[in-house]
Amino acid sequence: MTYFNPVEVLDREKLQELQLERLRNTVDRLYRQVPFYRKRLDEIGYRPGDIRSLEDLRRLPFTTKDDLRDNYPFGLFAVPLRDIVRIHASSGTTGKPTVVGYTAGDLRTWADLVARTIVAAGGTKEDIVHVAYGYGLFTGGLGLHYGAELLGATVLPMSGGNTKRQVRLMVDFGSTILCCTPSYALNIAEVMEEMGISKDDIKLKAGIFGAEPWSAEMRVQIEERLGLSAHDIYGLSELVGPGVSIECQEKNGLHIFEDCFIPEIIDPATGEVLPPGEKGELVLTNINKEGMSLLRYRTRDISRIIAEPCPCGRTHVRMERVTGRTDDMLIIRGVNVFPSQVEAVLMQIPGLSPHYQLVVDRVGSLDVLEVQVEVSPEIFSDEIKQLESLQQRIADEIQSYLGIGVKVRLMEPRSIQRSEGKAVRVIDKRKI
Amino acid sequence: MKVRQISVFLENKSGRLLEVCRCLAKAGINIRALSIAETADYGVLRLIVDKPDQAMETLSRELFTVSETEVIAVEVPDRPGGLAEVLQPLYEANVNIEYIYCFVEKSGESALVVFRVEQIDQAIGALQRAGFSVLPGEKVYSI
Repeated sequence: MTYFNPVEVLDREKLQELQLERLRNTVDRLYRQVPFYRKRLDEIGYRPGDIRSLEDLRRLPFTTKDDLRDNYPFGLFAVPLRDIVRIHASSGTTGKPTVVGYTAGDLRTWADLVARTIVAAGGTKEDIVHVAYGYGLFTGGLGLHYGAELLGATVLPMSGGNTKRQVRLMVDFGSTILCCTPSYALNIAEVMEEMGISKDDIKLKAGIFGAEPWSAEMRVQIEERLGLSAHDIYGLSELVGPGVSIECQEKNGLHIFEDCFIPEIIDPATGEVLPPGEKGELVLTNINKEGMSLLRYRTRDISRIIAEPCPCGRTHVRMERVTGRTDDMLIIRGVNVFPSQVEAVLMQIPGLSPHYQLVVDRVGSLDVLEVQVEVSPEIFSDEIKQLESLQQRIADEIQSYLGIGVKVRLMEPRSIQRSEGKAVRVIDKRKI
Repeated sequence: MKVRQISVFLENKSGRLLEVCRCLAKAGINIRALSIAETADYGVLRLIVDKPDQAMETLSRELFTVSETEVIAVEVPDRPGGLAEVLQPLYEANVNIEYIYCFVEKSGESALVVFRVEQIDQAIGALQRAGFSVLPGEKVYSI
């Protein structure tokens, strides 16, 4: 098997020893250096040295996005600002952005993590890595960039947008690995087709796609249209950025790099740790970061841990691909709905384009979910009754899969806004 | 005997029909007949034009959703009962009509009517046996 760092195949006993040592150091350091954590830890009567086993982790308090906002901008940094060499921040559609700081050592660790992900996706130093994640405060672009450089690959720092140019350079330079959000990958595929460029004209072999939940059906579409092997990458800026976990060649769950992060799955309502293998909210703890480390950070992402050994040889546990976030979850007339579930239904209907949008509104006291899909030439008919039966079919399948009635609205091609980063899947008019 | 009809999917938004017509005008394409079927959210514009190939190409290039169907164009006597006379043989041949609409222009003393039917060959046979003139595509495009 191929891996980047030998720690990826460290036997589990040694890995857990390493985790325990790092966890103890992290908690004690946070207790000493970060007033926020000292207060939180004092509240539970914690004394340095109290971490004696990995199980002690579950006694520690959670950290939430609100805690990051409350300590805006630098309140959670665990080193003086002079030791911070880079700052990233999340866009934060509501409220203040969340800010993270990296020491020089953190940037090396991060690049190492990302290099591991590229190798897991089949990358080598021979590859031309086309980074179409946004560069800037967002961690996607620079994260992949430095990981690919550390691996020794050739990096194209494209950033997002200007899709035609992305395609032209992809052809001219022979990019072999594409890194971007899955929705942008589809946008690229679409523009490529419009430009009359087929997947045989490009040399992509692998894609590293993340930063938003996507369905297995969407993977099939992307792989077919771009002629590559698509790998799901996971990460969040609060913890480090991309590079928390990655799908190996088995594509059956994402390996979490446990030498740097300890995962737990909790019941989002009660905060209780769930038994192994159960689905719930993913909680992550940084154990190998200096600038800013978070204890038991509630990711809001829904997943489950796969503890069984992976045929690829990596000893680190896997997480099931994230199919939704607790805060993306729509509650429509009391039913929990994730955009990715609707996506999975849509992708199974031949001829439907993968571009869709969900519009939630309240009519009187009733929630109404409108599913907007684009009419492609393959499914278009000159007979209204055919179009109506298509609408009915989509509504019926969503009804049988999700248990809610929806209104299906047919849209003209390209009328749903294309993603150049994270796709906007939901418009909730109820809040306005 | 079959005529090529082009259908365009249009969202129910102002300016969309204008957009299609502009697009055809720019390509020098003349509309011979048209109809719109509509629902609350969208409509289907059906067109018969003088240059179907170019129309398909132009509209696809402008990212409209288009499709092509075969319809028949029949000369219908322009007097009371004229349409009923044409419908009679179709009924007898068990041909189900999806929709019909009329041409912009007349041909001589007759009105030109477009039929979209389920069983197109049966319909053409029945109409011809009953003595009606079913116009070939080439003739329709160049009226």
